[in-house]
Amino acid sequence: MTTVAKLFETMDYGPAPESAAPALAWIQQHGGGQLGHYIGGGWMAPAEGQYFDTINPATTAVLARVAQGGKADVAAAVAAARAAAPGWAALAPHARARYLYALAREVQRHSRLLAVLESLDNGKPIRETRDLDIPLVARHFYHHAGWAQLIATEFAGYEPVGVVGQIVPWNFPLLMVAWKVAPALAAGNTIIMKPAEFTPLTALCFAELTHEVGLPPGVFNVVTGDGTTGKHLVEHPDVNKIAFTGSTEVGRIIRKATAGTGKKLTLELGGKSPFIVFDDADLDSVVEGVVDAIWFNQGQVCCAGSRLLVHEGIADRLTQKLRARMEKLRVGSPLDKAVDMGAIVAPVQLERIRGLVEKGVEEGAKMWQPSWACPTEGYFYPPTLFTDVSPAATIAQVEIFGPVLVSMTFRTPKEAVELANNTPYGLAASIWTENINLALDVAPQLKAGVVWVNCTNLFDAASGFGGYRESGFGREGGREGMYEYLKADWDHGPRSTEQVAPSRKPVSEPARTAPSSVLPPIDRTYKLFIGGKQVRPDQGYTRKILGADGRVLGEVGEGNRKDIRNAVEAAHAGEGWGRVSGHGRAQILYYIAENLAIRADEYATRIAALTGGGSDAAQREVAAAIARLFTYAAWADKWDGAVHHTPIRGVTLAMNEPVGVLGVVAPEECPLLGFVSLVAPAIAVGNTVIAVPSEAHPLAATEFCTVLETSDVPDGVVNVVTGAKDALAQVLADHDDVDGVWYCGGAAGAKAVELASAANMKRTWVATRPRDWLDPRQGEGREFLRHASEVKNIWIPYGE
Amino acid sequence: MTATRQPPATRPAPPPPASVYPTPASRPAGEERNPGTPLDLDAVLALRVNRSAVERRAATIPTRRTVKKEWQAAWLLRAITCMDLTTLQGDDTPGNVVRLCAKARRPLRPDLIDALGVGHLDITVGAVCVYHALVPAAVRALAGSGIPVAAVSTGFPAGLNPFEERIHEIGASVAAGAREIDIVITRAHVLTGHWEALYDEVRAFRQACGAAHMKVILATGELATLTNVARASMVAMMAGADFIKTSTGKEPVNAVLPVGVVMTRMIREYEGRTGAAVGFKPAGGIRRAKQALDWLILMKEELGDRWLRPALFRLGASALLTDIERQLEHFVTGRYSAAYRHPMV
Repeated sequence: MTTVAKLFETMDYGPAPESAAPALAWIQQHGGGQLGHYIGGGWMAPAEGQYFDTINPATTAVLARVAQGGKADVAAAVAAARAAAPGWAALAPHARARYLYALAREVQRHSRLLAVLESLDNGKPIRETRDLDIPLVARHFYHHAGWAQLIATEFAGYEPVGVVGQIVPWNFPLLMVAWKVAPALAAGNTIIMKPAEFTPLTALCFAELTHEVGLPPGVFNVVTGDGTTGKHLVEHPDVNKIAFTGSTEVGRIIRKATAGTGKKLTLELGGKSPFIVFDDADLDSVVEGVVDAIWFNQGQVCCAGSRLLVHEGIADRLTQKLRARMEKLRVGSPLDKAVDMGAIVAPVQLERIRGLVEKGVEEGAKMWQPSWACPTEGYFYPPTLFTDVSPAATIAQVEIFGPVLVSMTFRTPKEAVELANNTPYGLAASIWTENINLALDVAPQLKAGVVWVNCTNLFDAASGFGGYRESGFGREGGREGMYEYLKADWDHGPRSTEQVAPSRKPVSEPARTAPSSVLPPIDRTYKLFIGGKQVRPDQGYTRKILGADGRVLGEVGEGNRKDIRNAVEAAHAGEGWGRVSGHGRAQILYYIAENLAIRADEYATRIAALTGGGSDAAQREVAAAIARLFTYAAWADKWDGAVHHTPIRGVTLAMNEPVGVLGVVAPEECPLLGFVSLVAPAIAVGNTVIAVPSEAHPLAATEFCTVLETSDVPDGVVNVVTGAKDALAQVLADHDDVDGVWYCGGAAGAKAVELASAANMKRTWVATRPRDWLDPRQGEGREFLRHASEVKNIWIPYGE
Repeated sequence: MTATRQPPATRPAPPPPASVYPTPASRPAGEERNPGTPLDLDAVLALRVNRSAVERRAATIPTRRTVKKEWQAAWLLRAITCMDLTTLQGDDTPGNVVRLCAKARRPLRPDLIDALGVGHLDITVGAVCVYHALVPAAVRALAGSGIPVAAVSTGFPAGLNPFEERIHEIGASVAAGAREIDIVITRAHVLTGHWEALYDEVRAFRQACGAAHMKVILATGELATLTNVARASMVAMMAGADFIKTSTGKEPVNAVLPVGVVMTRMIREYEGRTGAAVGFKPAGGIRRAKQALDWLILMKEELGDRWLRPALFRLGASALLTDIERQLEHFVTGRYSAAYRHPMV
């Protein structure tokens, strides 16, 4: 029998290899396979002369030797980027748009080289690099060529951050380069890119493409190396922003390393994303969705749908269907055009996957793998399904970052949401149901930056991507992603050196020797305001508050960590505020303004006594506070989301959601206006807050509580704890059930807040420069609302 | 509620169990005919199809799998054996049908057969598909070949002739020697949700077919939604379809992969419920060898290797054969071929 005749009977698939030759030739053309850094528009050997191997994980063959970036290399790259920054930022928007457009075209012209190189270096199937990674790279540059063109009008009042360091992971090596480079360049920044140690080749190839299109030297630099190289970049003092995608573990280290430095930071970290299947879903499509969720890129996807949550009534049927489908998956050479899964990136990852799977079996979950065997050469792992998994199991909690799916069941939509949110992560989620009411009810309840309805792992440059909770902060893509590379154009000058508590000596009041004919004032006790009630501080201590003249104006409660704890619980109890309509929230804010206005004179008098800034200034401050409340009442029903233009038949809704429970630490200056300027936007968006007023002048805020009490503000929406500001800020920043902290104060306090935030990756916003609170450009507006919000992108394909 | 429908008195009684039918030559041993089941309306109405998800799956059928070189040649030969070589034109005459039948017997040039080393496989097409009037000519032309003649029937393509005429038409074609009957359904039953009426109609057609195999053409291009395609597929199989077929070739949209994904999934679902294997026939617009490979990949992926045989898979086509011949000649010679080098269909 001839081969054809035999194959006619077996009807097997045969090999369908993509040639590696052009990509291997490209490597050899560069230093004979020994590649340096790309700095200042040219290749540069590492100062310390160190190189390391990058391997093909499908064969374990060495592909190339790549420079190990040391401190000097990073310094050289930062210097090149700094030198290029003014020119690049000053370039006309249209000129930058042309460069980005050229990059998009250049990527398309070299798409197959990039796809093959990526597959070789990473081990992912050529089908994915060819059909997904590289087209999305080009798309990202096209989209951001548009933002570059429109930046002057669409981002008026903003300017580039400056020099940005970008550290990308190995799972989507070039795509992550594109996600970071395109918005950074469009916004006018210059870049030092640190690709992942395992997968540096496409970033270097891309560097060459930037050279080909004539990008000015120094605008884009690549320094290769391992984690120490990244550390040098993170710690370099002349870097204005760090953008990192990778593990939550490393993200935490970076958060700590940048704490207090004033560096802007975005982190796109790990996940354990739920994939929720309701009993009315199209189960055969669900099965393909699972394939796209967890067996895409060998499951090495931060937003992989790795937790399958299935309605109990259909779980067995779905498991059967999944197993049948898994039998048909093909694992093999990544350059074979007919495989579903390629190789795991490196032995260390393979070991991690094996270890966690063993752990899952030990802990009693039922493990299932298809009957066929993986190739033995190279680092392969078969698709794996766990059933009978409890939420407490290690494999249900830990990010496995491999082709391993864990399945759990739920009874009701409510329980599905609880299980979905039962994780420190919050990157993505997927909902499968044919009931639009159910889908649109569940989507907002999920703690996730991206929600896919009846789809999964869809990405587009026009839509923001990024997480809640320990999945990081910041967004990549869309308008929301552009802000991560911009800052307000007034934001210059020295960082804050504010002293938290201006030292004042109390003056002794003259002893009252004789009864006066004038009645003494009625004694007034300023308590804490928690859960809608005036409460005494836990410890029963108070602190004296002195006026500008040194006389005691009153005593406020000395809040401590238990008071913060109670306030956080009250704030959570008040979270229904987030579901009040924008109109409803506006009504409350107007009412607060109305009640404050009635007592404007009294407030002005008190502020003047507190600050000694004069009565005119105090009156201006009160008037500004009333206006500010109006501003956020105005915004409350106008802080709209968007419908992004993604390339699907459907809608991608960018919804602004409240961050959750916010700790707000008010500035010392403008004790009323500063306080109102932070609290008002936070609650306008639907957050509940624990506010710590000015330490020196808290009376303006404590008195404000009585205004809140008379303004129908629901209990727990605003809680006020007075006392030692930095100590209280520390407790807020350390609290795992606080979702964000805003801090206005000294450098040391700001650093402490950022450091502590690393534990649960809460969002922080620290004022590094003093603001003019009376200037609406600085003291109010979209910047505040953005910090008060998370953007959730909900993908809803439609069509019957 | 499970509606177990008894056909109305005016309709023919349900057909006897499968074992009563003789196994025609085109049906290899081991493939039992689908006996059908009572109409299970609950099951039909519970079917869910998400169009966008199905389209995403369909889009990656051709990109996730491919076959090259010897594998491709073998798969193309397989496609030929699964082909219902078809002519359904108003100007069909015995002359062009006889020519078509000659091509059906010898679909490949002998030198290509030799070069491929597949002479012993006796490659022919799966069937020849014609209108009723051309059945006698086709039967004569194919005598002794073992290639069955399929007749389109029941008021093809619209299916709106009087019911009794449609029943009669089936009988006439069977009497004329057709061993396969491609019937069309009343689309209105689907569009108006009259699933019992659809079930009864197809059941009656199956009865009229007797020993001839029945392919149920859903005319998916006129069924409006993929959910309707799924439900119509399921009802047709419950009513005893041997094959479900996408299109007449006369609808604005004919055989497309998303529809194929839905129909093959329904076949899988039906097999899971009843154990009966129903065949699938995409038809209309399949002109390129690459498309034939895509359909074969769909069958292998969604249903399995058993559905890569003519007993459970047919491709309704005419011009397709020439493109496959060209591709096979390219495989043999390494030179790109021209249509005129192959005997015309």
